[in-house]
Amino acid sequence: MSAILIIEQVLNGLQFGVMLFLMAAGLTLIFGVMGLINLAHGSLYMIGAFAAAAVAGATGSFLLALAAAMAAAAAAGALVELTVIRRLYAADHLDQVLATFALILIFSEGTRWIFGSFPLYLDVPAALSGPVTLPGGIDYPRYRLALIGAGLAVAVGLWALTQHTRIGIRIRAGENDREMIAALGVDIGRLYTLVFALGAALAGLAGALVGAIQSVQVGMGEPVLILAFVVIVIGGIGSIKGAFIGALLVGLTDTLGGIFLPEFFKLFMEPGAATQTGASLASMAIYILMGLVLIWRPTGLFGARA
Amino acid sequence: MIPERWLTFAVLVGLLAVALGALVMDRPFTITLATRATILALAAVGLNIALGQGGLVSFGHAAFFGIGGYAMGILAHHAQTFTPLELGPLTITGTKSMPVIWLTAVVASALAALLIGLLALRTSGVYFIMITLAFGQMFFYFAISWSAYGGEDGLSIYVRNDFPGLNTLDPIQFFGLCFTLLCLVLLFAGRLMRSPFGLALNAARQAPERVETVGLDPMRLRLLAFVLSGAVTGLAGALFADLNRFVSPAMFSWQLSGELIVLVILGGVARLIGPVVGAIAFVTLEHVLGDVTEFWLIWLGVALLLVVLFARGGIVGLVARRGHG
Amino acid sequence: MKTLLSAAAAAALLAAPAMAEVKVGMITTLSGGGAGLGLDVRDGFLLAIAQSGRDDIEVVIEDDQQKPDIAVQIADEMIQSERVDVMTGIIWSNLAMAVVPAAVNQGVFYLSPNAGPSQLAGPGCHENYFNVAWQNDNLHEAAGAWANETGYTNSFILAPNYPAGQDALTGYKRFYEGELAGELYTQLGQTDYAAEIAQIRASGADSVFFFLPGGMGISFLKQYADSGVEIPVIGPAFSFDQGILQAVGDAALGVVNTSQWSKDIDNPTNAAFVESFEAEYGRLPSLYASQGFDTANLLLSALEVAEPSDADAFREALRAAEFDSTRGDFAFGPNHHPIQDIYAREVIREGDVFTNRIVGVALEDHADAYADECSM
Repeated sequence: MSAILIIEQVLNGLQFGVMLFLMAAGLTLIFGVMGLINLAHGSLYMIGAFAAAAVAGATGSFLLALAAAMAAAAAAGALVELTVIRRLYAADHLDQVLATFALILIFSEGTRWIFGSFPLYLDVPAALSGPVTLPGGIDYPRYRLALIGAGLAVAVGLWALTQHTRIGIRIRAGENDREMIAALGVDIGRLYTLVFALGAALAGLAGALVGAIQSVQVGMGEPVLILAFVVIVIGGIGSIKGAFIGALLVGLTDTLGGIFLPEFFKLFMEPGAATQTGASLASMAIYILMGLVLIWRPTGLFGARA
Repeated sequence: MIPERWLTFAVLVGLLAVALGALVMDRPFTITLATRATILALAAVGLNIALGQGGLVSFGHAAFFGIGGYAMGILAHHAQTFTPLELGPLTITGTKSMPVIWLTAVVASALAALLIGLLALRTSGVYFIMITLAFGQMFFYFAISWSAYGGEDGLSIYVRNDFPGLNTLDPIQFFGLCFTLLCLVLLFAGRLMRSPFGLALNAARQAPERVETVGLDPMRLRLLAFVLSGAVTGLAGALFADLNRFVSPAMFSWQLSGELIVLVILGGVARLIGPVVGAIAFVTLEHVLGDVTEFWLIWLGVALLLVVLFARGGIVGLVARRGHG
Repeated sequence: MKTLLSAAAAAALLAAPAMAEVKVGMITTLSGGGAGLGLDVRDGFLLAIAQSGRDDIEVVIEDDQQKPDIAVQIADEMIQSERVDVMTGIIWSNLAMAVVPAAVNQGVFYLSPNAGPSQLAGPGCHENYFNVAWQNDNLHEAAGAWANETGYTNSFILAPNYPAGQDALTGYKRFYEGELAGELYTQLGQTDYAAEIAQIRASGADSVFFFLPGGMGISFLKQYADSGVEIPVIGPAFSFDQGILQAVGDAALGVVNTSQWSKDIDNPTNAAFVESFEAEYGRLPSLYASQGFDTANLLLSALEVAEPSDADAFREALRAAEFDSTRGDFAFGPNHHPIQDIYAREVIREGDVFTNRIVGVALEDHADAYADECSM
């Protein structure tokens, strides 16, 4: 296996990880601030992709599509927060799991009701289509490079937001001591709606960005949701830094595991069986990684709460 | 509000009456539905031991359900194809006998619960939810690529397994078998709740430090609860596979783990009869709504939301007052 | 239970209280991500029943949600309570394996409009089971044959790691005579193929064969087109069917795929089918719709000859397959699986709609590899 191929695969792993971060950041933010387990986060990702496909189909503009994706997901998020989620902050995790599980059913079938049962079309913008040759002679899709860039930009933006703005200070204060910031006169209800909408917008953005190179269809959010949970658990729930590191770890493990495990088994098995065994093990790799991390550190890499 | 004990009795009698009524009116499919509710109830009663009494929110109980199912599938598959199963020096011929299959399912899922519990119980709260989910996913992906037993296609068992003296293919007789098992397990779970172990487990959920001061290890209490819970759910898995005469990786899916939690909460957490009520309500909703509209899952979602928002304590919480402390 | 009567039957019911005499149970996928296939099979099937004008056929339709346990329960309900004579509709092999053996053993006829697992073609074949679509390996075998014909000698092949995926690669290799540049199993439901595409690029292959049904194929094709890898792609029709082509878009243009049906197969039945389907439902028919349509027409042709209650005569009538198929010549082999031509098609654009055009015949009068293992 050549060095070029390995570098290309590492880039693929990074790109996958960065996309997972967009999902995981919202999830971990919502848990960190409100203590809520949101199983419906994958539905917001799906809403983003569908909104983007609809707007791109109508206007032909990818940027408008991205804006629509974030707006639609944020609106859906805010609506759900105001009507349902708000009543669940005091409830235990069990009620949250059940309520957001119900929301998945409503969102998925509702989307199918509106958009029908066939996948929608969404393509990468012309300016970003096709490959670009990187130093060292690696041909790499321009759009995937753009995804890595966009994901890193969001990561930096989130960091700046939480560290250097007034709203960020409130968010961090909310994570540490809810009564305190309420006592300081911050409208905690509005803060929660805002944080939820922000997390939803990030999920919608991820859905639209990924939807351009994947299939925009009902149920697309659930596999990503499970991966995003794995990410935030590895990183430590509530920690944005943890989500970032966790996302990269999961992205790299999943991508590189799929390539190297079959090669590894070929050293001592016949190729057909090795490919299959390797593929089976690779599909379990990230869950094994998560198990190992939790056995080593029961609250994840950067988790504070017990 | 009626006492919980009466409700338990009424629900079980009601379930039995539905099945017998369907027999009289020659509606065999209604018996099948009642059997499905009974088996799902059994699985949820199992989950409730960990979830309700131990406070352990397992999002991976499909692992045990699936192990029970595959115990049935593998044993019956080897029996129906007359190919012995070679396990190193051990040769197992496979069997179609339900009691043997049940025992295997219970032992296998209890062992799995012991292993998973030893690792997962090091964590708590959300981390516990997620690590159990991860174990469930591992089993799911393993089953999908396990081509010896059908992979994603699963395994078909052409004829239902045997129970001495019964014709298990007759819907009402198979229902009777499942119903009897459910009653026995409920009896066991009820005793467990009131036993010193159950009381200690409850205390460990509410105030672990206090339990430690009287010399009990909360960790061991939880582990035992988790193992018992997994074993009961595994038994239900074996019955479920026999009901469908089919096993597939779908029994390991995270959606199934989610559905089991839904059954428990819908009925009422930590109530003996809660999971049974939840399972009956769920199967009824699924069947009735499915006939009304193609988009029935939306309405199922709405119904679940209403329960969470306005009926804390589930259906049982609405109608019965708590029995024993 | 939803009961759908054909339009003619409904009209007849209003006119005179005629009892439906033949009861057909259709279990198919109508909700969730896989609903598009089931809807097409259902619509194709009902179109043929409506066109027949027969008022004595009742079709009972139920959604299996793509879950095996639900499908088994519905089958039990249809057999025990509804007492259907004929069953059909299942899309997925794993659901078919859960339902079909038990159903045919209880004396019901099963006509498969889509799934064709090898067990049911080989040792598990049954006199009451008829497959009107294909044995699962068929389209992959045709792809292998077409690769030879095109002169490919170094293929890179990939499929998801589950039984149908393993069968697909086996099917391709059964006919393909060249070398393998690589063989990969991907994860079921995988959505990102960057790593696989990088391996394809580095492999030096002269062709790529893939079997990735549903959303997996859409993702793969979009990402493949965007990667700049120019190696020609070949695959079975499932990733190029009318329902999903619009979601793949330009990325699919020019790709060769194998299918037993195409919109432009030149025969009067097919032309009438395409026109009436579009008129009735406002969309172009897919492969699956044609299979549903043919299944219903096979059933209708047998009902002309015998009643399902006369099982032996009805079975003979089905076996004769005396109906005008949308795919031209159609016959059953000894294991009740099709013997038919399999075409190579190319994806083209007609106006603003993506569709397929036949470029050649990949395999003529093709039967399956398992017929010898079937003893009936």
